[in-house]
Amino acid sequence: MLFDFANVLVFTALGLGFVGVNLLIGRLLRPANPQARKLSTYECGEPSTGSAWVNFNIRFYLVALIFIIFEVEIAFIFPVATVFRGLIESGEGLLAFVKIFIFVGILFLGLVYSWVKGDLEWIKKVKT
Amino acid sequence: MQAYLDQLIQGGAFAGMPREVVYAIGMLLAAFIVLSAFVAPLAGVTSWLERRVWARMQSRVGPNRVGPQGILQWLADGIKNLLKEDIIPTAADKKLFSLAPYIVFMGFLCAFVVIPFGGHLIVADLNIGILYILAVTSLVVVGILMAGWASNNKWSLLGGMRSAAQIISYEIPAGVSVLMIVFLAGTLSMQGIIKGQGWAPWDWYLFHNPFTFAGFFLYFTAALAEGNRTPFDIPEAESELVAGYVTEYSGMRFLFFFFAEWGNLYVIGAVATTLFLGGWQVPPLAIFENSPMLLAVAQFVTFFLKAYLWVFVAMWIRATLPRVRVDQLMSLCWKYMVPLSFICLLGTVAFMFVPADGQRITSAAMFGLGVAITIIFFLRVGFQIRQAKPELYFKPHI
Repeated sequence: MLFDFANVLVFTALGLGFVGVNLLIGRLLRPANPQARKLSTYECGEPSTGSAWVNFNIRFYLVALIFIIFEVEIAFIFPVATVFRGLIESGEGLLAFVKIFIFVGILFLGLVYSWVKGDLEWIKKVKT
Repeated sequence: MQAYLDQLIQGGAFAGMPREVVYAIGMLLAAFIVLSAFVAPLAGVTSWLERRVWARMQSRVGPNRVGPQGILQWLADGIKNLLKEDIIPTAADKKLFSLAPYIVFMGFLCAFVVIPFGGHLIVADLNIGILYILAVTSLVVVGILMAGWASNNKWSLLGGMRSAAQIISYEIPAGVSVLMIVFLAGTLSMQGIIKGQGWAPWDWYLFHNPFTFAGFFLYFTAALAEGNRTPFDIPEAESELVAGYVTEYSGMRFLFFFFAEWGNLYVIGAVATTLFLGGWQVPPLAIFENSPMLLAVAQFVTFFLKAYLWVFVAMWIRATLPRVRVDQLMSLCWKYMVPLSFICLLGTVAFMFVPADGQRITSAAMFGLGVAITIIFFLRVGFQIRQAKPELYFKPHI
């Protein structure tokens, strides 16, 4: 088991090393002739105004919040999924199914709630 | 692989070397072979093939100069990018800017640990295989967001944010479709899932019941969106965002993003093949029993062709469909695919209560019903169109 997981470590190291070695070889071969114009931020030929690090749309944040809830739900169902066939064979399947149904149902209500509230619309209509 | 190395050590091939050192060398060698003999040429040839396929579909020629039919184009591109000047804008966050390609590439390469090539050809058959793939491929989004943020460019930031929102949204339908198969297989290991299926199409999880059939398409659509492929390529939309999160990248760093993108296409195909299409299962022919070598080759070719078929489909879709808008993208995911995938999940779980000897007949009946409903639907649509035709003719704006 440890042997199998050590492979993951090796692949991680190789992935990082491959990029690093290639960039290093490139550094030795490629020209380096920096100029102020070359190093300026690209904005379709116009001189760029201001920094790009500004406030961005709150939508992205909401999407991330809904995502976390569902992803945690999926993570919790994974262990049940692996033993579910055994549960059916031992006759406890129906109970497990009802539990899964309730678990999914509660979170699904959350999705319906945010849908009704209009949070799934990219451009939210504000009631006037 | 561990058993094979143990055998070599027993045979005295590495006399005087500690066991751990032999293991480490073996693992490094295996990883290096996978990277240099499979992943790198695969991503390269895919990039060439994609351009050729598009060109063919758009009545152009495409790259055909380097090597026979231009097949060595990817090597020429690699050398060109290696020799290009590398520019890091002064306004950028230099550390994050140079770290981003590492993370994207690492997240993509790590998936190949558990992707099977054949019955015994796999780097490591982890017992959490499919969950592990979901986990490491999500690392790509961190890299992309990092690239978009660190560039300090408005195009890049928009591209990175869109990409993050898109990838995490489509993670849900993809994860739930995977979950369906885990329920059926009862294991997370890639080889275990393949062994739960048979070589014949009717033994595949794709045709196990109508819910998994729908789940396959949900998975493939969601995976295309996770791979930032057309019609979901708004993070790099050329016509609106210049090049999205890679706007400020050049040379080798730029190349690694696309290396990962083209390689990810194969990962998508391989996971779809493993979960739904029977993986490397080949018919139990007599010639395979005598020669394990031939069996291994047949399994490798079967798996590769099945997986590459979906790479081709992705190219085909890219040449066919226009790009969707960002609000359409989000509503497609949250209002259609997420509810649908949960319905399919509960349907699959409910289907498991059908006794084993009745499953096939139940499934066939449900498929038949589905086909009948579809045919009736299209007949009705045709009827309505024929009815509406005179009106359409006189009032073309309807």
